[in-house]
Formats: sequence, structure tokens, C-alpha cells
Amino acid sequence: MNESVTRALTTIARYTALSLLLAFFTLPLLWLAFAPFDRTPTIAASLPRFTLDNFRQLLENPQALRSLRNSALLAAGTGALVVVFSALAAYALSRVRLPGRDALLYVLLLLSSIVTGTAAMVPLFNLAFELGLIDEQLGVILVLGGGLLPSAVFILKDFMDGTPRSYEESARVFGASPLQIVRHVVVPLVRPGLATIAVWSVAQVWGNFLIPFLLLRSPEKSPAAVVMYTFYTEGGQPDLALIATFSLLYSLPVVLMFLFVSSRYGFRFHGGIKS
Amino acid sequence: MAAISLTGLTKVYPGDVTALDALDLEIRDGEFFALLGPSGCGKTTLLRTIAGLESATGGTVAIGEREVTALPPGRRDVAMVFQDYALFPHMTVRDNIGYPLKIRKTPAARRSAKAAEVAAELGLADYLARRPGQLSGGQQQRVALARAMACHPSVFLFDEPLSNLDARLRLEARTFLKRLQRELGVTTVFVTHDQAEALALADRIAVLEAGRIRQLGTPTEIYRRPANTFVASFIGSTPMNLLPGTVRGAWIRVGDALLPGPIGTDAAAALPDGAEVVYGIRPEYLRYTAQHAADVPGALPGRVTVIENLGSTQLLTLDPVAGGPPLQVTVPEDLPVTVGEPGYALPRPERVLIYRDGNLL
Repeated sequence: MNESVTRALTTIARYTALSLLLAFFTLPLLWLAFAPFDRTPTIAASLPRFTLDNFRQLLENPQALRSLRNSALLAAGTGALVVVFSALAAYALSRVRLPGRDALLYVLLLLSSIVTGTAAMVPLFNLAFELGLIDEQLGVILVLGGGLLPSAVFILKDFMDGTPRSYEESARVFGASPLQIVRHVVVPLVRPGLATIAVWSVAQVWGNFLIPFLLLRSPEKSPAAVVMYTFYTEGGQPDLALIATFSLLYSLPVVLMFLFVSSRYGFRFHGGIKS
Repeated sequence: MAAISLTGLTKVYPGDVTALDALDLEIRDGEFFALLGPSGCGKTTLLRTIAGLESATGGTVAIGEREVTALPPGRRDVAMVFQDYALFPHMTVRDNIGYPLKIRKTPAARRSAKAAEVAAELGLADYLARRPGQLSGGQQQRVALARAMACHPSVFLFDEPLSNLDARLRLEARTFLKRLQRELGVTTVFVTHDQAEALALADRIAVLEAGRIRQLGTPTEIYRRPANTFVASFIGSTPMNLLPGTVRGAWIRVGDALLPGPIGTDAAAALPDGAEVVYGIRPEYLRYTAQHAADVPGALPGRVTVIENLGSTQLLTLDPVAGGPPLQVTVPEDLPVTVGEPGYALPRPERVLIYRDGNLL
């Protein structure tokens, strides 16, 4: 009797705790889902008085759509850069014996968190200035790509290490050149890894505020994350209607990309090696 | 179709590990050649050096008339089948077989036709659209063979071609492989650690130990007259009995018993009395009897300690009465024997081999 009461109380306590935790994470998402459709959005999540007026207003804002396009450009550019270079570097690091290879990787990994971090703001700005890359999207792509590459190389090297060498040796005996081996054999085999890297770098760039804020001057080149920062009413208050609607549009591409990639690459090839 | 000749081939890995030690070897045109040895003897390194996947640190490799020591694998005109087959898992059987042709820039239509043709030869016609993961082990092996055949190389290199198949399939694949090699007539070198496989498949065998060839010969030569005690103990499904003994005229004294010296060679008889030798006799060439007259020489008395049923025969382990290493005797499966009974092993003199300092006399 006593025991079952204790057990019931424990269960209740556990579910209460879980519900509170769930609410903590759900409320912002509910706000994101409801506020864009609300006639008078506040910072509280509530059932909206339904309207699409906010979207119309957003589409009329010249900044909004252009900034999403800029975000896409930066993300795609950085993604392509990171995938291509990290794949080549990871393959080489995985296959060529290099003295101090592991130490090199760990040091790069350590430094990468500094490169795109706040600590390097001033040197980065100086460097970009000397190279004439201030207010150039290329500058942002290079800086972000440089910051992401070490981690990408690190992750991909693991994928490469996991693929048996005999695939490549087999292709070599048939006369394939190193680039052919990479294209025909290695890339298809590590495609899930490449997809992971691509999604991850796109998401990283999509959400990055600091670097484009630092390196881009003209509003027409700024990505969504920076432009959102400028959504104020004439009174200096944050324009909640605009911010909420824009946030929804801003998060959609990343969600869609994730769903697409996980349905497309959420599997691995297997079976060519008899174990 | 080409001979392979290796001269002074040496491979030293970093850290002074010698895998191949100044190896000389001629493999004839069209020959089915086995590289046999225990793990770590350098046989796989040798195969990979012929393929060009490892670069020799000394010596030369020639295939046909061409010296290929410095050429990359793709330009040596060889095809290799790997132990794990290394079929590309993201390609269909058709694309796998056609891959060597793709590298040679053969047009897609011709490539596909050629793949279908080779696949049909190996009984794979129904599987062209499948991926390797959807095939059985035996089928995967045939795809790997088909891929090697598709580019019409002058040399085939097989790394442990049968080791990934289960026992029953292995016998089938062995027969299949031997017939295929006969029909194609392409010089084929394969690596194996299984002496039965080497004896069954090869025209000639090189037995390797520590990067050197210990014996080179036909399966019959190697089985009948192993050149040294290493080969003697390595070849044969039940290893040869190697018993320490001393020369006594035409006889060899092993323990307390006098055993007959070999017939057909007087090399042992020429040794002075008391010379120390190793008396080699295969279990198959020992006769077993429970009764033997004590004063007649030529039999080694012992006690049966283990009986292993091998199907058509039984393998007895006999502990000699006079001490010394146990020896093994093969007897017919219907011979009544019980563990613990005393018995005698009688060598067939024409099959006796005498080794001195590890080498055959």
C-alpha cells in the first residue's frame, strides 16, 4: 500500500518535471508558429487572431527577401567550399602517413573555434581590410569556411578511415588515377559524411551573425541574420510582427534542408566487402 | 598472357622489417602459380609488389618482355582479385564488371555488352542489375573474377581467393577456379596459407618463409619430397612426423627402435654411424599393428593416446614407449583401436625422408 503510493508520487513528480522541461522548450516554438499569424503579436505565445497581413507587410519590405537570398548565397558558397576542400584534405590525411598528423588535426580543431569566435574579431577585420575583402561576400565565405574546415576535415577523416583501402587499391590496379578514385569510389562511399558536412556548414552559416555583421557594410549585401537586427518600428521598439514573420521564413529553409537530406542520405551502402 | 620474372626482389618496410629478401622467381606463361606460407611470410607483400601496390626497395619485376618495377599498377596489365573482393558497393554488378573498361574509356554501350558477356560466362547473367550487397559470397567472388576478366589482363593476381567462402562452397569454387584458369590460359598467381588449396589448384608452388622461398616445385614434388623440415611440417593435411634419430648403418635409431632408412637414395647410408638426423615420415605412410615380434627391427613401439575420426580414416596419436615426441599414424576407419592400447608404427621405407641440419638428404 505504502509502496504503491510512493511509486505513484514518484511517477507524478517525474511527469511534472518532464512537462515543465517540455514547456520550456515548446513555448518559444509555439510563439514562432503562432505570432506570424497574429494581428497584434506580443512576446507571449497565444492563440492568434488570424491574419496573413504580416506576410504581406514582410514581402513589401525590400530588405527581407533580398537578405534571405544573401543568406542562401553565403551558405551555399561556404558549404561548397567546405565540402570540396575538407573532402580532399580528409582523404589525403586519412591515406598518407604524415608525421604529427593527429597533433596537427587537434591543433587545427582547437584553433578553429577561435578563428570565427569573438576573440579574433579585430585581427579578422584587419586581415579582410588589407585584402580588400571588406563589404565583399567572398570575404565572409572565406572566413566562415576557414572556421568550419578543421571540424569538417576531422569528421570526414573518420568517415574516410572507415572505408576499406582495398576499394581504392582495386581501382588503382585497373588504372584509375587518384582523382578518378576519389570521384568514382571514395566520394560515393562517404556520401553520407559529405551530406552531413554540407548540412552542418549551411546551418552554421545560416545562423551566423557576427562575421557578416563585422565584414559587410552595405545593407543590400547583408544576410537575414543581420537584417533581422534592424527590424524596429519608428518608435525604436522591436517590430514584433515583422520579426516573428521573418523568423518563421528564416527557419523554414534549414528545416526543409534537414528533412530532404535525412530522407535522401539517411542510409549507408553496405555489402561490397565480405567480412 | 605473359611470364613473370622477379630478380633480387627486396622489400624492406620502415623500421627495418624485411618482408622480401632478395627473391628470385620465374613464373611461366600460362602457369597457375601458388605462393604458400604461414601468415607474415611475405606472400601477400610479394603479390602486391607484382601488382605494383607496394614498391620494391630492391630488385626488378618483369611481366612478359616488359620491366615494370617502376610502373604504377594500372600500367602493368595485371588484374587483381582481393581477399574481400572489394566490389564497389554503390555500383551494380554490371557497372562493377565494366569498371576497368570505363577507366580505359571504352564507350558505355560496348562496356555494358562486354560486362553482360563476361557475366554470362560466369553464370551471373541474372544478377547484372543487382548491387554487391544483394549477392551471396560465392556470387560476389564470381563478380570479382568477372571484373578481373573483363579487361583481358596478361596476369591475374588472386589474394586468398577462397578464404572468404564457407567450407562447402570453397570446394566448389576451387574446382571452378581451376577449370576457369585452364580455359583462359592466363598466367595466374595466387596467395594462400592453406596447403590443401595450393596442392589442389597450382601447377607449381613456392613455399615461403620469412621473405625467402624455401622450396619451389610441383605439388607432387613438394608433397613427396619436402626439401626441408619447414616445408615438411607445413605441407600435408596431417603434418609429417619428424623424429630425432641417429644413423646405424642402413638403419636409423629412433628412441630404442631401429627404423628402416630410405630406399632409392644412399645419401643417408653414406653418413657415419652416430650422425644425428631427423627421420621424416607422413602419418599416411606408417602402418599400424597391435602385435609385433620384439626382435624384428623396423617398428616403433608406443601407446595410443588419442584417436581422431577423419571419416574415411582414423588418425592415431602414439606416444613412444622410449619417450620422445608423439607421432601420428593414419589407419583405415574400420580398424578396431582403443585408447591406451600398446601398438607399433611401421614406416614404409620407400616413403622415408632423412633430414640433416633441416635439409633433405
